[in-house]
Amino acid sequence: MKKMLAAATMALSLGASGLAMAEPLKIGMITTLSGGGAGLGVDTRDGFMLAIKQSGNKDITVVTEDDAQKPELAVQIADKMIQSDQVDVLTGIVWSNLLMAVVPGAVAQGKFYVSTNAAPAALAGQGCNKLYFNAAYQNDNLHEAVGEYANKTYKKMFILAPNYPAGKDSLTGFKRYYKGELAGEVYTKVGQTDYAAEIAQMRASGADGIFVFLPGGMGISFMKQFAQSGVKIPVMGPGFSFSQDVLPAIGDAALGAKASGQWAPDFDTDVSKKFLADFQKEYNRLPSIYAVQAYDAAQLILSAAGKASVKDADAFRNELLKADIKSPRGNFKFNTNQHPIQDIYLTEVVKKDGVLTNKTVEKIFTDHGDAYAKDCKI
Amino acid sequence: MLTRENTVNLVLALLLLVAPLAANAFGQPFYVTLATRIAILALAALGLNLALGLGGLVSFGHAAFFGIGGYAAGILSSHALSYEPMMFGLPGTVQMPVIWIVAVIAAGLVALAIGAISLRTSGVYFIMITLAFAQMVYYFAISWPAYGGEDGLSILVRNQFPGTNTMKPLSFFLVCYGVLLAGIALFALIRASRFGAALQAARQNETRVATVGIHPYRIRLTGFVISAMITSLAGALYADLNRFVSPSMLSWHMSGELIVLIILGGTGRLFGPLAGAALYVAFEFALGGLTERWQFFLGLILLGVVLFARGGLLGLLAGKAKHG
Amino acid sequence: MTLALALEQLLNGIQLGVMLFLMAAGLTLIFGVMGLINLAHGSLYMVGAFACAAVAAWTGSFWLGLIASLACAAAAGAIVELAVIRRLYDRDHLDQVLATFALILIFSEGTRWLFGDFPLYLDIPALLQGVVTLPGDASYPVYRLAIIAVGALIALGLYLLIGKTRLGMRIRAGESDREMIGALGVDIRTLYTLVFALGSALAGLAGALVGALQSVQVGMGEPVLILAFVVIVIGGIGSIKGALYGALLVGVTDTLGRFLLPQLLALFVDPSQAGMIGGAMASMLIYVVMAVILAVKPRGLFPPAHA
Repeated sequence: MKKMLAAATMALSLGASGLAMAEPLKIGMITTLSGGGAGLGVDTRDGFMLAIKQSGNKDITVVTEDDAQKPELAVQIADKMIQSDQVDVLTGIVWSNLLMAVVPGAVAQGKFYVSTNAAPAALAGQGCNKLYFNAAYQNDNLHEAVGEYANKTYKKMFILAPNYPAGKDSLTGFKRYYKGELAGEVYTKVGQTDYAAEIAQMRASGADGIFVFLPGGMGISFMKQFAQSGVKIPVMGPGFSFSQDVLPAIGDAALGAKASGQWAPDFDTDVSKKFLADFQKEYNRLPSIYAVQAYDAAQLILSAAGKASVKDADAFRNELLKADIKSPRGNFKFNTNQHPIQDIYLTEVVKKDGVLTNKTVEKIFTDHGDAYAKDCKI
Repeated sequence: MLTRENTVNLVLALLLLVAPLAANAFGQPFYVTLATRIAILALAALGLNLALGLGGLVSFGHAAFFGIGGYAAGILSSHALSYEPMMFGLPGTVQMPVIWIVAVIAAGLVALAIGAISLRTSGVYFIMITLAFAQMVYYFAISWPAYGGEDGLSILVRNQFPGTNTMKPLSFFLVCYGVLLAGIALFALIRASRFGAALQAARQNETRVATVGIHPYRIRLTGFVISAMITSLAGALYADLNRFVSPSMLSWHMSGELIVLIILGGTGRLFGPLAGAALYVAFEFALGGLTERWQFFLGLILLGVVLFARGGLLGLLAGKAKHG
Repeated sequence: MTLALALEQLLNGIQLGVMLFLMAAGLTLIFGVMGLINLAHGSLYMVGAFACAAVAAWTGSFWLGLIASLACAAAAGAIVELAVIRRLYDRDHLDQVLATFALILIFSEGTRWLFGDFPLYLDIPALLQGVVTLPGDASYPVYRLAIIAVGALIALGLYLLIGKTRLGMRIRAGESDREMIGALGVDIRTLYTLVFALGSALAGLAGALVGALQSVQVGMGEPVLILAFVVIVIGGIGSIKGALYGALLVGVTDTLGRFLLPQLLALFVDPSQAGMIGGAMASMLIYVVMAVILAVKPRGLFPPAHA
């Protein structure tokens, strides 16, 4: 009798969770787990796996491999996952150049790709594809948001980014919304560590605001040197420049910096607070935006897998498009080019309980899409 | 003549052919791709081996030629697929033989320029100046927006080779294998020729070569240019393998890897590059599957090879090189 | 272009040059005395930075961290020399390149194993924070001036060490004729270990000093390593004087190039294009300079006289 009750309860709970008819699904995660950029990949993997673990779904397998930030390695791993491991969905790549190497081939072989971070314009506009979804943003979005904020607040901006496609896109995105005067537009070397020359230029330029896009180690170096230089102009940038994974290394030099982002750890919603608590409990650190994006990507895949089989590409795609998830970011739906429409906020770096983090200040964009959706002909 | 070295060489060549054929038969196309990667890297290292193994020219900038070949493939292909002409109104092409010719000529010209200046130096200065030139090409490629810059250039559909469907992994492998064998034959021919003898003599004793009336500089420059051309051909194949070309093909890490391949296999040996490439790719694949920290163990293994296995894999298998 | 801006940029160039000198001095010493190409020098730079960050976080004192960086880098250098480098002296450059390349992999991944994936936090000590005012109403960070001062002191110290002490004499003799000093009874093995440790300590110091200014992360040494090689090649391998002049030349050229080239181009093309192309040309500038110098003087500016 007890056994029957237990079995019935289990069946009921399985049915209630809606995963009883889940088909086996294999996910291939390619991300950067070694080298200087590993912090972003580790957050991606951890955020993704948290959602998978929470779902309790035993039919989903995730194969994870390290791309060491090398495009050839990423292509090789993708080939292996598709041909040998027979994955159904690929995900996880952090960098736009690796993404561009992998996605065209993957979708040509009929595999879905759900991006957890990289979102180059090429795949948002003309290069869009039915099998390619982006759970993060479009690369330009966060820069556009800062441009919008700067447009209302500052008259003479000095803008700076590294001299590579993402850097150029960032300044283009910023200028799309900022219509004021430019005190300077500088392109630095990728991986540059010493910004003394550029800071001197900023000091001499008469600007009333500075926009920088310098992800990873570049941003750390810049902010520390900037704080030391005595230049008092306010600094702002897209969320990547002040993400949770680099804030501890920048230290107090980051205080007061404004950034744009889809999420900050102080969001007041139940979903966000639960995600924050779960992540901290599992991994003993604060999540960055990369973890949130990966978490949402996993949720998207899970929600689609629960209602359709990945073998039926059209059905699976339709379920993905519904974006039936509860994101810590709040509003989330897909645009016609399968990139997100979401809210973007202004945040400020503050110290809370002795820990540096981003605090939400105000909303910049509501239901913001991207500039390339009109070129996409899906 | 069936010396120990020749036997080992034959076995290696056969293994590289049989393994992918078997993998294909068993429905594991990924291992065919892996074998193709070995063949291409072997060819690239073979090119370098001409300059380094025979000529004693330690070029730390051969990635420049590898990348030039790759970009030749990428640029010609992208212009052909988008129907836009390149500069001077020339059309692109998706035919591999044409791409190979362009890659080889482009690399030859660049090598002529680089070699002319670099070969005026020697020893560690030569190493450094070849590195510097490669870095120049690398930064140029990153900053040139037209062909993707740091993001690189995708080759959506693999370029064509007459008589076969290159999109099939096995067909493309056979093309690369054929080119590799041709390269090995060329290397053997050069090594046995008068030119090759002069090149090796210049490595061993420069003064004596000059007294015999041969200009070491000219011999080395010729060797350097031919070596660059072979490596560039491998680069074009590599771009087609990955259907992608990026500045990372030009980085000094790539130059370092090419040198590693040669030393792993055995410097100056005919099949050294092939043995080295096979070992390296096997390590990377096997270790990468086991642990995230695989680069640590790869470093330990490489260190072990240098310290204890002088002469590389072929040195271990086939004994000391017979000079001929 | 004001006097203040020009002065600030010049100082920036000198500071970069000084930091490169710390790296290049060790590298050129090791090559000059032992004939060894050491690709792992950048890893020792990284070790110094991590040691400083770790100890500074643990004790709260940057100065203790600095001492730790010197000690750890020297110790790491000595261990590596005893375990690995020792066996490479008789080998050709090729084997040295491969072995030290392998060491880079081991150090990088090992550091990541020990310290984790995220960059470490290292800040400038309170004593050296803030700016000073220079002629022309320019402001310049105290810390960077301190780095220039340290570099000058080290240059002086090395000059005295090499020129005026017995150790220096042995080092100079070793550069000229390795076999001879062995025959004359000098303990070569200890000398080599000492020189390697000294070079490593200098690299570690550079790493710690710069780590406070930039970021402490795995792989931070590699870009610096390449530049350091460019410096010693320009200056003449084995010559500390050459390393100093080469470093200053490279530092000033790079900084001024990054600053002036885009402005120059902006006269001809629109600012964002000028920025992109100028940035690219600036990256290549040092290598062009090196190629030109080597074309004219194939052994660098101040090649030491060798046997």
